[in-house]
Amino acid sequence: MLKIINLHAKVGDKEILKGIDLEVKAGEVHAIMGPNGSGKSTLAQVLAGREIYEVTEGQVLYEGRDLLEMKPEERAAEGVFLAFQYPVEIPGVSNPYFLRSALNSIRKHRGLPEIDAFDFSALAREKMKLLDMDEELMKRSVNAGFSGGEKKRNEILQLAILEPKLAILDETDSGLDIDALKAVARGVNALRSPERAFIVVTHYQRLLNYIVPDFVHVMANGKIVRSGDKSLALELEQRGYSEMDDLAVSELVR
Amino acid sequence: MSSTTDIAALTNQEYKYGFYTDIEVDSVPPGLNEDVIRLISAKKGEPEFLLEWRLKAYRHWLTMSEPRWANVHYPPIDYQKIVYYSSPKSAKNRPKSLDEVDPKLIETYEKLGIPLREQQMLAGVAVDAVFDSVSVATTFRDKLKELGIIFCSFSEAVQEHPDLVEKYLGSVVPYTDNFFAALNSAVFSDGSFCYVPKGVRCPMELSTYFRINAKDTGQFERTLIIADEGSYVSYLEGCTAPIRDSNQLHAAVVELVALDNAQIKYSTVQNWYPGDKEGRGGIYNFVTKRGKCLGVNSKISWTQLETGSAITWKYPSCLLMGENSVGEFYSVAVTNNRQQADTGTKMIHIGKNTRSTIVSKGISAGHGQNTYRGMVKILKSAEGARNFSQCDSLLIGDQCGAHTFPYLEVRNSTAQVEHEATTSKIGEDQIFYCKQRGLSAEDAVSMIVNGFCKEVFRELPMEFAVEAQKLLGISLEGSVG
Repeated sequence: MLKIINLHAKVGDKEILKGIDLEVKAGEVHAIMGPNGSGKSTLAQVLAGREIYEVTEGQVLYEGRDLLEMKPEERAAEGVFLAFQYPVEIPGVSNPYFLRSALNSIRKHRGLPEIDAFDFSALAREKMKLLDMDEELMKRSVNAGFSGGEKKRNEILQLAILEPKLAILDETDSGLDIDALKAVARGVNALRSPERAFIVVTHYQRLLNYIVPDFVHVMANGKIVRSGDKSLALELEQRGYSEMDDLAVSELVR
Repeated sequence: MSSTTDIAALTNQEYKYGFYTDIEVDSVPPGLNEDVIRLISAKKGEPEFLLEWRLKAYRHWLTMSEPRWANVHYPPIDYQKIVYYSSPKSAKNRPKSLDEVDPKLIETYEKLGIPLREQQMLAGVAVDAVFDSVSVATTFRDKLKELGIIFCSFSEAVQEHPDLVEKYLGSVVPYTDNFFAALNSAVFSDGSFCYVPKGVRCPMELSTYFRINAKDTGQFERTLIIADEGSYVSYLEGCTAPIRDSNQLHAAVVELVALDNAQIKYSTVQNWYPGDKEGRGGIYNFVTKRGKCLGVNSKISWTQLETGSAITWKYPSCLLMGENSVGEFYSVAVTNNRQQADTGTKMIHIGKNTRSTIVSKGISAGHGQNTYRGMVKILKSAEGARNFSQCDSLLIGDQCGAHTFPYLEVRNSTAQVEHEATTSKIGEDQIFYCKQRGLSAEDAVSMIVNGFCKEVFRELPMEFAVEAQKLLGISLEGSVG
């Protein structure tokens, strides 16, 4: 589904991604771990098409197409979804209106008829139940005045409603208490399917107790320095990232 | 295309109404003196009282100086270079019916999307069209007449209802009020007049459409609306002008009078030529609008969408005199490119238990400068008065400015006054967030802007709310692209 080949990207003069290679197949869940500043979030943003990052080298193929050639809204319409680390507030725009507009824009792209307000409301209610979300949130503006946990749940609600093919979760676990974490994980697990892939970016192993990955990759200094199965995450938890940095350096030297 | 250039770019669409109609005109030479005023008055065959009033206004104007307190900047205006009267020649002998109106004028209005021919009109909207200085056609007049409603050009009102004009002209905005109101009082050439008799609910929207066509012409129209006891009227004005590289002055006066239990709803969609991107040309819109809630339980509501003009200087206000009277002000003001707006309202609470609501939304894009200036004054007599004000500013890009100057003056301790203000910015992160959810930059901006304005738009009559949303889209096109 997704093939990243030798991806380099910079912001301003600063090179952040220094040659990423990664292949994600449909149905798989990949966790990307690493210390702060290792480039995890940059990778997530580059895949979503954030313009402040400039790709200087490499290639990204999504379902055989050049992802980097596509505009952000096109990527979204083609099924790439990013759950933001810091979901953005849009005061004045109601949450259901925003979500329904997004859904209809994507449905239109896929040649499906628009969904009306009644059907949408039923759909939203069903998905909110899954995430144990307060229905009050549907009466408010997009993320405006939401707590950190509410914002993250709102991201997963959007994920559940938009049903993308490739979902990238950028530190969705940060700032969540254990109940919220479980609710988010429940939402994500309910969406796992043979047709859908996940890239879960996280700093901590904790989330991976609830969303069990098929593969774990460790990033350091703009590169993937180790890949393995879920046991790698546990190892990392015990040894910490600092040792990993040393490891990364020694691997680079070798 | 990046979101950053998105934000740098939503206003590039050219002004759509910038064409000029080549039509023969009857105008007076540029410049202002008592002879010009006598000439205007004579051309219009006015009664003596009106000429006297004009001359008094002119003499008073000579003693005044242009206000400089507003947060707007422009070179000095040479009042001797302005043409104070211009009228399409064919209107010299007023047309008796639409069939006699110059086809070129009808064509102009049709181009503007204001069909004057009644059979083509939106059901339920009567239109008075003002071209340069004179009113060229009023539709649906007979139907309104059956209900006793007078809706005609100001000139006709002077001829046919001089008693009403004499009684109410200047009763809300006296000619001594301010520099531009004094100038208007001296030279106003036409405008709209409306009287709704006791207990009558006007069944259709009344609408005036203003068009400045001739070069170097000032438009000084005067609108007077009187709602007698227990009556109701909803009124809308729209405005456009051709593209010119010199600035044109528009100094109008609007007076509203609401008697006991009467209601006036006054809506404006102002789309005068705003000037080009570098700030060349455009209309100076220096307007005095005021309503007087004279009777008990009366209500005056101002709703405005200001997207045009190089400079807007305008404070539609309410004098709340009658007990339990209500004043409302809902405003969306947009400044893009080099536009400047200093706009707001005054709510003067005089009677007991008077209430007022102010909702002001300022949108700045490009190099636009947007100022809200509002006064809430509660006099000693206004026992139990209440006011709620909300002023929100939205910035698009980082070259524009938003300013808020609220003035509160409370002289009665039983009064309740609330003021809320917010400033927000459409950021690159919001646009990217929307795009990541599959929405285009244009859809994202229009969603955010419409969300920001919705409290005001829902106050507009329905047909015009749709129009307003479209106009807002056009005004901001290119500020994100």
